[in-house]
Amino acid sequence: MKPLQLPVFLLRITRSQGILRRYFVVNGFDGALTMLGLITGFLVSGSTELGVVINVCLGAAIALAVSGVSSAYVSETAERLRALKQLEAAMITDLQDSAHGKAVRWVPVLIALVNGSAPLVISLLILTPLWLADAGLVLPLAPLLNAIVVALMLVFLLGVYLGRVAGISWLRSGVRTLALALLTTGLIYLLADS
Amino acid sequence: MTCVTRILLDVLKPHHPSCLELARAIAAIGEDYRVRLTVNEMDEKTETIQIEVSGQAVDFDAVQAAIKAMGGALHSIDAVDVRGSSAGQAQGGADGSGT
Repeated sequence: MKPLQLPVFLLRITRSQGILRRYFVVNGFDGALTMLGLITGFLVSGSTELGVVINVCLGAAIALAVSGVSSAYVSETAERLRALKQLEAAMITDLQDSAHGKAVRWVPVLIALVNGSAPLVISLLILTPLWLADAGLVLPLAPLLNAIVVALMLVFLLGVYLGRVAGISWLRSGVRTLALALLTTGLIYLLADS
Repeated sequence: MTCVTRILLDVLKPHHPSCLELARAIAAIGEDYRVRLTVNEMDEKTETIQIEVSGQAVDFDAVQAAIKAMGGALHSIDAVDVRGSSAGQAQGGADGSGT
């Protein structure tokens, strides 16, 4: 089996593709909304040095990634071990050397990587306008507003992806997640003002 | 020197990998391997299957390793055809000898 085929095979025999998709969207959404919340908070607070905003957001992104990797690895290892023991009991045989045994070792790693990288990658994309502005590039909008626009776009795209997964209207699904992001921004503005 | 040209195996396997994947994994061992797989019984987590592998020289150890790697457990060898090289085409039938 080719190296790239093995992860796909292991995910298929453990029926983990759905879990992987779910983790990607859930934690990606977490990352996007966290960044949106932080940046909106900074925007409401008034003038803050761009370097401070970047460091705070980067810190949150790294924390989300580490949390995503560790929590998914621990929980998925436990779940996979449980499933393997149940299968071994049904088969009345040791499956450690089989594809199922291999899956117990590798599937939690794959899921943990997706769970950790989804919020990190999405956060880094949202932070890109801030880095560009910090590097002296002129952006069409203020750096924080640019980052918010990128965050809203990514949230919309996550909704589109969910719509395609569910086989429903991608536009409706995208608008729904976008509405959630706008609601989050609105709440922050409301509470910060009060 | 003898060559196994056909083996009939009784195997218990999990539902995943599928029968198609298991059959493909076995067929990939030898260039001229022909694999016929029949599901005899389905349970909640497992299925009992019969695998017939035929070829010019079936490597039983490799077939057994492939079954094990895919999570299956070989229960018995139900039939074998063996050809003696000097005889050209001799056949030995076997009767459900357990492993």
